[in-house]
Amino acid sequence: MANHSTSHPTHVQHHFVDSDQQFDTAKLGMWVFLVNEILFFGGLFCAYIVYRAWYPELFQMAALELNTFWGAVNTVVLIGSSLTVAMAIRSAQKNQMKGLKINLLITIALAVVFMVIKGFEYAHKFELGIFPGDFYTYEGLDHPQANVFFGIYYMLTGVHALHVLIGIGLIFWIYLRARKGEFNSEYYTPVEITGLYWHLVDLIWIFLFPLLYLIE
Amino acid sequence: MATAEVSPASTGTKKTFKVKRYIPSENPKKTFFTEERGLWAWLTTVDHKKIGLMYLGSVTFFFLLGGILALLLRTELLTPAQTFIEADTYNQFFTLHGAIMVFFVLVPSIPAALGNFVLPMQLGAKDVAFPRLNLASLYIYIIGAIFTFIALASNGLDTGWTFYTPYSTESTSSVIWVTMGVFILGFSSILTGTNFIATIHKLRAPGITWSKLPLNIWALYATSIMQVLATPVLAITLLLLTMERFLGIGIFDPSLGGDPVLFQHFFWFYSHPAVYIMIVPGFGIISEVITTFSKKHIFGYWAIALSSLAIAFIGFLVWGHHMFTSGQSAVATSVFSFLTFLVGIPTGIKILNWVATLYKGSIEMKTPMVYVFVFLFLFSIGGFTGIMLGALSADIHLHDTYYVVAHFHYVMMGGTLIALLAGLHYWWPKMTGKMYNEFQAKIGAALIFIGFNMTFLPQFIMGSQGMPRRYYNYIDQFTIFHQTSTIGSYILGVGFLLIAYYLAKSLMSGERAGSNPWGSRGLEWQSTSPPDLHNFDHTPVVINGPYDYHKPMEEFQLGLANAHDEKH
Repeated sequence: MANHSTSHPTHVQHHFVDSDQQFDTAKLGMWVFLVNEILFFGGLFCAYIVYRAWYPELFQMAALELNTFWGAVNTVVLIGSSLTVAMAIRSAQKNQMKGLKINLLITIALAVVFMVIKGFEYAHKFELGIFPGDFYTYEGLDHPQANVFFGIYYMLTGVHALHVLIGIGLIFWIYLRARKGEFNSEYYTPVEITGLYWHLVDLIWIFLFPLLYLIE
Repeated sequence: MATAEVSPASTGTKKTFKVKRYIPSENPKKTFFTEERGLWAWLTTVDHKKIGLMYLGSVTFFFLLGGILALLLRTELLTPAQTFIEADTYNQFFTLHGAIMVFFVLVPSIPAALGNFVLPMQLGAKDVAFPRLNLASLYIYIIGAIFTFIALASNGLDTGWTFYTPYSTESTSSVIWVTMGVFILGFSSILTGTNFIATIHKLRAPGITWSKLPLNIWALYATSIMQVLATPVLAITLLLLTMERFLGIGIFDPSLGGDPVLFQHFFWFYSHPAVYIMIVPGFGIISEVITTFSKKHIFGYWAIALSSLAIAFIGFLVWGHHMFTSGQSAVATSVFSFLTFLVGIPTGIKILNWVATLYKGSIEMKTPMVYVFVFLFLFSIGGFTGIMLGALSADIHLHDTYYVVAHFHYVMMGGTLIALLAGLHYWWPKMTGKMYNEFQAKIGAALIFIGFNMTFLPQFIMGSQGMPRRYYNYIDQFTIFHQTSTIGSYILGVGFLLIAYYLAKSLMSGERAGSNPWGSRGLEWQSTSPPDLHNFDHTPVVINGPYDYHKPMEEFQLGLANAHDEKH
């Protein structure tokens, strides 16, 4: 319990007593960060609520412009990636380094699939002239405030996509560290907290999908 | 050699430890200054003490900048018409004064500078939970500052520090650079908050239970929660504002179907809690200083500890009181008015408990204690006028007048900044190992007190008579108030220069301060001055509360007695 104990394993930083304390601290820190992320998206959700209450018919009309099929595929893809990242953590806990690396790679692959599909969706909107803000030229939606919906759509999905990109970078970094053999059942803190982050990115999308695509 | 039964933070179950007394050296050979020397070592350090001092330096620099702007503004207001600067320049100066003082000085001042230095020491930890993130937060702060300087060098900023739409989307000044600067700065604040929460939960030395936490830690804990919950909302608001300017997404633009009042809601959802982010750490310092110089247990430990959390909670529910005249519904304004009165209760509880702590204490009027009295006086005025502004009928009259300006200066400067000065004078011997000139310090405190009241009391009067804030010109009847205020600000400026002078002089030729010059029971004083690189060369064990002045000093200097420690 001393914070100056004699024998530190190499992965334990100098200011921690032991591996458990370091693990618990890192995990708590990540949870606090996730709360902060929720508040960050919360602002956008709040704007969504306000404008949906003001212009309910706009949201119904605009949702028809979004491709529900590809949105649903992307939802399945992200939930699948959450499963594989959980399996990666499980592999680390059981000291199965091969499983860890494979699961991390599958997670990255699924995240890339998500981004590619999202890219095609964006490209299709741009072709129609559905650009954000001043650049909006689409004629097919008969509502004077049509660009408010797409302002919110692009902000929500754009900020989310940015989180996916950061997640891909983080998981790739974890993969490189796993390849160097840095993790084992005693030490897998970075895998665990990156997994936590990834679950949040997934969860945000699970809210975005029905809120944007499935408005009846 | 003795034993103590205490519970360590990491497990929570009681254990018996062998402990012995460690008397800190009065003349330490090794300190965090002498180890890891050189510019590069400082720039790449993960030591919370060095990072805290670098923050202190940065905050002081920005305070100087914001202060000079304030003096220029006051000088311009010496005469009713133009005195020496153009109206546009005036708009830029008050905007930058506000933005710099709020985002670059007050928000990081106590937590990131003083808090960084003392928080791990008060917990008996070697460092904060995430030392590298701590260093990252400093660099993020500096990057944010660079963005703001780019704005200064290009077109400046004239929107007021609140960036209200629609003007902020139309202004030709460098709104984007500053909003991006503040956006980046927010991450620095979030990282500090996250770091402190994890540190307080997980890195407490054996024996420091929640009921033995110093009240400074409780205050920083409440602050950190607000930083983590409020700052991201500001981040998304500023991002939306930037997109509004870049792309015209219309969320805040009424001509496109958006709502500018929504911006005000978003902005104050952060910026009202931010007021408490600024003031609550000051409360923590007052609790520490008032007990040390009364040599007495704090009155109402739990009342003070929990009122910090109560302020943090209610502070999130009062943002609408900035918008009584913005066209909010009557129901919303009444609710926000009521909640605003409510937040006065935990604040009042604190004031009364501090005053009760003084009762029958053996009060020693050293400089930090002088600042505590200044704080109690000025902050009470700031608090009471806040209650008046929270009253709907009065606020309609006083909204956007100098009355509001005077109110928040009494809270922010009379509260936070005076508490910061109290803390700076209190921990200065611990941080530097040197003692400043007590007499000069008291003169400085007197100048600050006189200058402050002279600057801001007249503003209450002219505000109540209808002098609007942010105006470049004014009618003749306000001349005497404005001139008194300006002269007061010069006295204030002299006071700060005097403080800078004797503190700098103490570094060169100050007397050596002992490890515990004030005879405090606080854990941070049971180490050498300045502390060792790892704060303590043993693991502290705590068996008493931090304010148990009725118990002998030796019970506060215990540490684990194991084979490893004896080798030290």
